[in-house]
Amino acid sequence: MKRDIITNKFVIKFANVNGTGSASANKLFSRAVFRMGIPISPKNIFPSNIQGLPTWYEVRINENGFLGRRGGIDIMVGMNPQSMERDINEVEKGGYFIYDSTKQLPPALRRNDIDFIGIPLTEKCRELYDDPRHRQLFRNIMYVGVLAALFDMELDVFKQLISDQFKGKQKLIAPNVNAVTTGYEMAKKMHACPIAYRIERRDNVGNKILIDGNEACGLGAVYGGATMAGWYPITPSTSVIDNFARYCRKFRMDPETGRKNYAIVQAEDELAAIGMVIGASWNGSRAFTATSGPGLSLMNEFLGLAYFAEIPSVLIDVQRSGPSTGMPTRTQQSDVLAAAYASHGDTKHICLYPSTPKECFEYTAKAFDLAERFQTPVILLSDLDLGMNDNMSDPFEWDDTRKYDRGKVYTEEDLENMTERFGRYLDVDGDGVPYRTYPGTHPTKGAFFTRGTSKDEYAIYTENGEKYIENMERLQKKWKTASEHVPKPIIRKTNKPCTVGVIHYGTSEASTLEALHHLNSLHGISLDSMGIQAFPFSDEVGQFIEEHEYVFVVEQNRDAQMRTLLINEYDFDPERLVPLLHFDGSPITARFIRHEIRDWILQTTTSPRRRSRFY
Amino acid sequence: MSYKIPAFRHPNLPKNELGYTTKDYEGAVSTLCAGCGHDSISNAIIEACFEMSIPPHRVAKLSGIGCSSKTPTYFLGNSHGFNSVHGRMPSVATGANMANRDLLYIGVSGDGDTASIGMGQFVHAVRRNVNMVYICENNGVYGLTKGQDSATTDIGSKSKKGEPNALEPIDLCAIALQLGSTFVANSFSGDKEQLIPIIQAAIAHKGFAFINVISPCVTFNNVPGSTKAYDYIRQHMASTNTVDYVPHAEEITAEYNEGTDERVTMHDGSMINLHKMNSKHDVHSRTSALTMMQECKAQDKVLTGILFMDEGSQEIHETMNTNSTPLRDLDEEKLCPGADELAKINELHR
Repeated sequence: MKRDIITNKFVIKFANVNGTGSASANKLFSRAVFRMGIPISPKNIFPSNIQGLPTWYEVRINENGFLGRRGGIDIMVGMNPQSMERDINEVEKGGYFIYDSTKQLPPALRRNDIDFIGIPLTEKCRELYDDPRHRQLFRNIMYVGVLAALFDMELDVFKQLISDQFKGKQKLIAPNVNAVTTGYEMAKKMHACPIAYRIERRDNVGNKILIDGNEACGLGAVYGGATMAGWYPITPSTSVIDNFARYCRKFRMDPETGRKNYAIVQAEDELAAIGMVIGASWNGSRAFTATSGPGLSLMNEFLGLAYFAEIPSVLIDVQRSGPSTGMPTRTQQSDVLAAAYASHGDTKHICLYPSTPKECFEYTAKAFDLAERFQTPVILLSDLDLGMNDNMSDPFEWDDTRKYDRGKVYTEEDLENMTERFGRYLDVDGDGVPYRTYPGTHPTKGAFFTRGTSKDEYAIYTENGEKYIENMERLQKKWKTASEHVPKPIIRKTNKPCTVGVIHYGTSEASTLEALHHLNSLHGISLDSMGIQAFPFSDEVGQFIEEHEYVFVVEQNRDAQMRTLLINEYDFDPERLVPLLHFDGSPITARFIRHEIRDWILQTTTSPRRRSRFY
Repeated sequence: MSYKIPAFRHPNLPKNELGYTTKDYEGAVSTLCAGCGHDSISNAIIEACFEMSIPPHRVAKLSGIGCSSKTPTYFLGNSHGFNSVHGRMPSVATGANMANRDLLYIGVSGDGDTASIGMGQFVHAVRRNVNMVYICENNGVYGLTKGQDSATTDIGSKSKKGEPNALEPIDLCAIALQLGSTFVANSFSGDKEQLIPIIQAAIAHKGFAFINVISPCVTFNNVPGSTKAYDYIRQHMASTNTVDYVPHAEEITAEYNEGTDERVTMHDGSMINLHKMNSKHDVHSRTSALTMMQECKAQDKVLTGILFMDEGSQEIHETMNTNSTPLRDLDEEKLCPGADELAKINELHR
């Protein structure tokens, strides 16, 4: 099949069996592309079990820096017989299917519109290795070598990566390098290399880093001054705490005593996890937990207490597909409403929506400032796609002059000099945010009772309706104040008047921006966009919607949860907010967004404007 | 309603080492029913802290939901209090303890709060050996919801409105012993002489100190047929020992040197003196405690006193190797690795 040569712009997918050690081989490949200066975005698509089921790893390679999912597969590395039929069918016309030809491919699976490249990997491994586990592991490394030859990649990059990866474990370097080289040579010998898809060195990643969002959150918690984490393991959030622990071990051991300047308690469940966070925060520590949807559900009662009793607490929710257990290892943005209004009664919580690892790092650190400044829960809504996949990101930055905002806390001296009566819930500054004291501060002043029941300004229990209303309205005032301090939306306007806008948040950003780019370049449709970064919505969010006749709200859930949140908070005519929804558990693609918007716009201009077909 | 205690106190009230009188350890006036056993326990806490000269503001008092959990309002008015959600006091206390290991944590709970909705958190606080005093004010009935049986109601026991209870009760002391609690005591709210030194011993203990206090509910469970009524308990009490608390400062005097007493050294260096009524019981043996509890139960007796204590107890901060400086007192300098380290981390991800 004669083709055009495509350099540094394609999607490759690896089909493997879970538990066979393919993850490190696949990562080796994507890291090598990254090291050659080409932007990549890898995505793990894995089952919620330990071994045996199909698992995929999809890597988008794009020298122009588009990092969302594109949609469609150009090259499939099919190493799983169980999913082979489906994997072959997924390859786009003109693509390649690379497989282990130790066993012949069933003729029924053959397609004429793609190329098949077979390499007898298992046979070669049987020849080279005695240990069955080695045969399995090195077969994976070997297909990476095959790809190096097929794409004409620099073998030295792989050698360097392997030597970096096994630093301190010298014995492992040579066998891994051998496996890559073996695969490389087999491909060269058996096929015409390179094929039509090429990887060519570029200088397009600048000083960017490749890191997953959960590591960024764990690191953000260290930099943000968290000293206590209470948690309960749950996919896909577990590695947030794993990374927090790892960086704490590195940075938080007291050099004089050898003791820990942090405490991590693995709780018996999520209820206890958030309880510990609330107890520690009440007592003056910066504390946090990490969880996912089912954990968030369990934490509801305590979140209501923290809202009403005004106790700082930070929760990192790495969202996965719900409802209930849903698809535990697939991604969604479906905890938006559950987080915003968690618990019974009139509650609402500050939510942050990072789109990149850098924002995961910064917003996690900032979450502690916000939580303490406003004495309330702050929920950071990441998701599996951002949390567990390597994402290209601007490097993390920290200003060494930065001081933690510990919020309004009276010290012993403040209390000593106070002539008036201390009121825990008094609105002293008129911004709705009261002053607190840490337990144990002063012998006779500043003690108060924290409770979930209604109370007056002096924290005295009361069921007086007027006092209750005053308190609830002060909380509302505090909420308004908070809206001025949370991260502002990121607004990108086109240079011409535009009546249609697009809203995105979190991991829908990259695909949305790419879709908008192509709508403009391919279809001449240019739209303004806004990335929402936080709830409460700052004034700019409302203004953006006000300025546009119609606004698409791109999100990864069935029920258009962000759209509901916007309608609920703003009273806009719901007709003006057009939901654009993707919720099959995979990350939303640029192609899907582009087609949906293009079709909607074409229909609105050629026929009388109708009620959205998205309902 | 006004629940303020009149400010007047007798000018000659005795003072402790800190110069405080018992007034400084009081809280608001109780809103529990007159005669509630829980009020006696509050008073015992006040007495215990007064006698030990504990600075009231260095105490954090925590509770869940229920009649018992209302009581922290009624003692130690100069302490910070935390009335959390139902059954979840242990996790809040654990978190608070993690943030500042230097305070004294007194958790108050009830039988509903501990043995039903909060059983999970209770057993895990025991397992972690959180350094706190955990008092379960056990009346065997749900008072705030007007008289349902609880998980500690004995078989056959009748509450005011119910049928005789048909289910096996949960014995919290037995559970605490079996889970490895490093201090377990059982007492009766009406026995102030026994209860106060037990609370003092629990305060001095390093680790999780569990005290189950049978505390009759005068409104819903102080009726003939109830096994947690005042009359019933008074008639069926058996005691492991009579307890005297000997403060640390008096430790070196040689006053208690007679053979019949058993002295136990507490972690703060203080000692408690156990006058054994029943020489069969070894307060350092879980097996002995469990056996004696079973024997008493068979004889229709309620065993009270300190059932078990582990002098070698290692509380959670020691197990976790956390710094002796309270974590909440650490600042940016200790906590933040800084921009240079971040640059190195960035480099590792290229």
